[in-house]
Amino acid sequence: MDIFLQQIINGLVQGSIYALVALGYTMVYGIMGLINFAHGEVVMIGTLVTITVAGTLIKAGMPVALAGMAGLSAAVLSCMALGWGLERIAYRPLRNAPRLTPLITAIGMSIVLQNLAMIIWGRNYMTFPPLLPKVNFEFAGAHFTLIQVVIVLISAATMGGLLFLIYRTKLGMAMRATAQNPAVASLMGVNINRVIAAAFVIGSALGAVAGVMVGSYYEIAHYQMGFMLGLKAFTAAVLGGIGNLAGAMLGGILLGIIEALGAGYIGDLTGGFLGSHYQDIFAFVVLIVVLMFKPSGLFGEKTGERA
Amino acid sequence: MMKWLSPRSALGITLITVALLALPFVAAMGGQAWVRILNFAILYVFLALGLNIVVGFAGLLDLGYIAFYAVGAYTWALLASPHFGVHLPIWVILPIGAALACLAGVVLGSPTLKLRGDYLAIVTLGFGEIVRIFLNNLNAPFNVTNGPQGITLIDPVKFGDFSFSGTTQIFGVALSGPQKYYYLLVALAILIIIINLRLQHSRIGRAWQAIREDEIAAKAVGINTRDLKLLAFAMGASFGGIAGGIFSAMQGFVSPESFSLIESIMILAMVVLGGMGHIPGVILGAVLLSVLPEVLRYAVGPVQTAIFGKVLIDPESLRMLIFGLALVLVMRFKPAGLWPSPERKRELTEPAR
Amino acid sequence: MSASLLEARAVAKHFGGVTALRDVSLSIRHGEIYGLIGPNGAGKTTFFNCLTGLYVPDGGGFTFAGAPLLADAPHQAAERGIARTFQNIRLFANMTALENVMVGRHVRTRVGVLGAMLQTAATKAEEAAIRQRAIDLLHYVRIEDRADDLAKNLSYGDQRRLEIARALATEPKLLCLDEPAAGMNATETEELRDLIEGIRRDGTTILLIEHDVKLVMGLCDRVAVLDYGVLVIEDVPSVVQKDQRVIEAYLGA
Repeated sequence: MDIFLQQIINGLVQGSIYALVALGYTMVYGIMGLINFAHGEVVMIGTLVTITVAGTLIKAGMPVALAGMAGLSAAVLSCMALGWGLERIAYRPLRNAPRLTPLITAIGMSIVLQNLAMIIWGRNYMTFPPLLPKVNFEFAGAHFTLIQVVIVLISAATMGGLLFLIYRTKLGMAMRATAQNPAVASLMGVNINRVIAAAFVIGSALGAVAGVMVGSYYEIAHYQMGFMLGLKAFTAAVLGGIGNLAGAMLGGILLGIIEALGAGYIGDLTGGFLGSHYQDIFAFVVLIVVLMFKPSGLFGEKTGERA
Repeated sequence: MMKWLSPRSALGITLITVALLALPFVAAMGGQAWVRILNFAILYVFLALGLNIVVGFAGLLDLGYIAFYAVGAYTWALLASPHFGVHLPIWVILPIGAALACLAGVVLGSPTLKLRGDYLAIVTLGFGEIVRIFLNNLNAPFNVTNGPQGITLIDPVKFGDFSFSGTTQIFGVALSGPQKYYYLLVALAILIIIINLRLQHSRIGRAWQAIREDEIAAKAVGINTRDLKLLAFAMGASFGGIAGGIFSAMQGFVSPESFSLIESIMILAMVVLGGMGHIPGVILGAVLLSVLPEVLRYAVGPVQTAIFGKVLIDPESLRMLIFGLALVLVMRFKPAGLWPSPERKRELTEPAR
Repeated sequence: MSASLLEARAVAKHFGGVTALRDVSLSIRHGEIYGLIGPNGAGKTTFFNCLTGLYVPDGGGFTFAGAPLLADAPHQAAERGIARTFQNIRLFANMTALENVMVGRHVRTRVGVLGAMLQTAATKAEEAAIRQRAIDLLHYVRIEDRADDLAKNLSYGDQRRLEIARALATEPKLLCLDEPAAGMNATETEELRDLIEGIRRDGTTILLIEHDVKLVMGLCDRVAVLDYGVLVIEDVPSVVQKDQRVIEAYLGA
C-alpha cells in the first residue's frame, strides 16, 4: 500500500502524456479511418527540435525559461508543418484507396522520419536541457516533482483548449460533422480538405507539447523513442474508444495508471517470475483484451454491419 | 498435371535451372558473404510466401509474423545446441518447430478473428512484440532463452555424417558451407512454391479468397470463416517455423534482435510491394528487398565518397530511409505491387463497372 | 411431423431503442413459394438476417426441418440447408462467375489442406466435380457464356442470377431471396419468375422478399405482411391484397 499512491501519481503523469499523443491518433482516425503510424515519430521530432533549439539558446546565454518557450514554439511549429506535410503529400492522394494502402504508407513514413531523425541528430541518446527547477514535494508518503505537476497542469489546459475548439468553434463543428459523414458535410459546405488538414495539424501540435513533456520528464531523448510511445498512445486511444476525444484523454490517463500499478506490483503478483522490465507488455495486453472484448472501447459506439 | 511443355517453356525452365545451379559459384566470386546473402534471400522467400498465405490469400493483415520465425528458430536452438545439451536430428526438430509455430499461429490468431483490418494489424503487432520481449527476458528465474545474449554453437543441418557446415568435396568440386545450404534451400523453396500454388488453386484457396472479398457473403455460403482464418494463420506460421529452424542451423546463433518489429514490417513489405497474393510477385519482392539493401550497403559508401569526397550518411540509415521511401512510393504509384496478379491489378486500378 | 419446413416463433429483435421485429411467428411449408412483403423499414431484411444467423434474435427462435436453428452461426445455416441472396448483391467481385459458384460448393465438399497439398486422386476428382456442377448451375441460370468474366464486370441482371446460382450451389432446402427483382424491367422480371418457379419445381422451397406486388401476388402460394416489425397477416395472396390493414400499411392510415 505504501507504493500505491506513488504509482498512482506516476501513472497520472505518464498518462497525461499518453493522453496528449492519443488525441492525435483519435482525431485522425475519427475523421479518416486511418491509423497514423507516423504520429509517434512526429512527437519524437518535437522533442528533438526542442533539444536543439532550447539547448543552443541556453548555451548562448538566454535565460532558461525563455529558451524553453522558444524551444516549445519551435517544436510546435515544426510538428504542425510536419503533420500538414504528411497529410498533404503522403495520405491525401490515397484517400480512396483500400485500407491497406494508406496503412503501409503510414508505416513507410514512420520509417522515413525515424531515419531522417537518426541522420540529423545521430544515433546516440541526447540529454534534454532542464527547463524547470528541480523542486520536490511530498504528500502522504508519496513524492512528486515540480515537473510532474507542470506536466499534468499543461496537459489538462491543452486538453481543455482542444475541447473548447471542438465544441465551441465553427472549425470544431466542421470536424465533428466530417467525422460523422464526410459526404454530407461536404455537401453542407464544409471544406473537407481543410478539416482533415486541421485534424493533422492540431494533433501534431498536441504531439509537440507531449514531446517536450516527455523530454523534460525523462531528461533523455533518442530517435527511436517515438515507436513505443506511439504504440502505447494508440492503445490508450483504442481503450477510450477510437474517434472519441474524451475517450482518448481518459484512456491515456487510465493506461498510464495501469502501467504504473502493473510495473509496481508485477513482481509481487508473479512471485518474482516476471520483473518490471516486462512493463511494456501491459500496454499490449490491455490493447489485446480491449479489442477482444470491447472493441469499441470504453466510450465508443458500437458499429454493426448491415447486410 | 502432365502437359507437354511448349518449346518456349522448356527453354525457359532449362535456363532458369542452369542459372540456379550456377548461382552460388558466381556469387562466390565476390566472396562467401554473397552466397550467404543469397541464402538469406531464399529464407526471406520462405517467409514472404508464408505471410502471403495470411495476408495475400486470406486477407488478414499480420504485423507480427516474425514471431513464428522466432518460435522455429528458438526450437532448433534449444533442441540442437549445448544450451540444454540436447542434440536432436533435423527430421525430429523441424517438424516440432513447424508444429509449435503452427500452434502459436492458432493461439495468436484466435483473439483476432473478429477484428477489422487495422485493429488486426495492431494486435498482431502487439503479439509479435510480446514474443520478442519474452525471448529477451526469459533468462530468469529459469534460463530458457538466455535473454539478449541469445544461444550460440547451434548444430548445423546434418544428414547422417554429411554436415552442411564446413567445406566438402563433391564429385571433385569444393562446396563451402553456405553453398551447400544454398542447394538445400533451393530444393525446399521449390517444394514450398509448389505447395503454395496448389493451396491457392484449391477449395481452401478459393474459400480464403472468398473471405478476403466479402466475409459476410462467405459465411452465407457456408464457409466457416473462423476455422479457415485460423487455418491461414496456422499454415503461414508453420512455414515461418520451418524457415526459422533452418535459419538457426545456418547461422549457428540466435538472439532476440533478429526478431524485431522491423523484420515483420520488412516481410510484409516484400509481400505487398511484390504483389500481394501473387506468388511470382511475392518471390520477386522477397529477393529484391533482401538483396538490394546489401547491394546498397556496398555501393553507398564508395558512391558517396566519389561524389562528396566522404561518407556523409552511414549506409545503415540510408538503407532504411530508402526502404521507407520505397514503401511510400510504391503505395502511391503502384499500389497493386510491382508484379501483381492480373485480377489484383484490375482490382486496384479499375473501378467496378 | 408437420409439413412445415421452417417455423419462426415469436422472433424479436431490437437495435438500441428501435424494435425491428416484435413477436413474429410464421411457418413455411415444404415446396412453397412464400412471400414476405411490407413497407420499407418493416423488418423484412432483419427477419432474413435473424433467420440466416447474421443477427442474434433478442427473443424467440426458428425451427428448421424439425430441429432448432442455432443463432449467430451463419455458416451453419448454410450447412443445414438455408441459402440466401442479398438486397445489395454481395458477390465476390474479383473472382469470376464460375469461381463464385464454385465457392458455393464449399459447404458440400470436403477436401482440406492435406488433400490440396498432395493433390491425390480423390482431390482431383472432387475438384473436377465442383467445376462441372458450377458450369451446370451457370447454365441453369442462363449465364454460362459469362463464366470467365469477373463478377464485378457483369451486368446487374446477370449479377442477380449469379448470386442465385451461387446460393443454389449449396444445395439448399430453403432458398431465401432478398428483393431479387429490384431494378429489373418487365421482361427481366418475367424471366426471373420463370427461374423461381423452375427452382421450386426442382424441389427447393423459396422465401421471397419483394416490393414488386404483381410478381409476389402472381408467384407466391402464401404471403406474409410485416409492418413496423409486426406480422399483420399471413394468408394466400387473394386474401392479403384485399385486407384493410395491408392497404393502410402501404398507404398510411
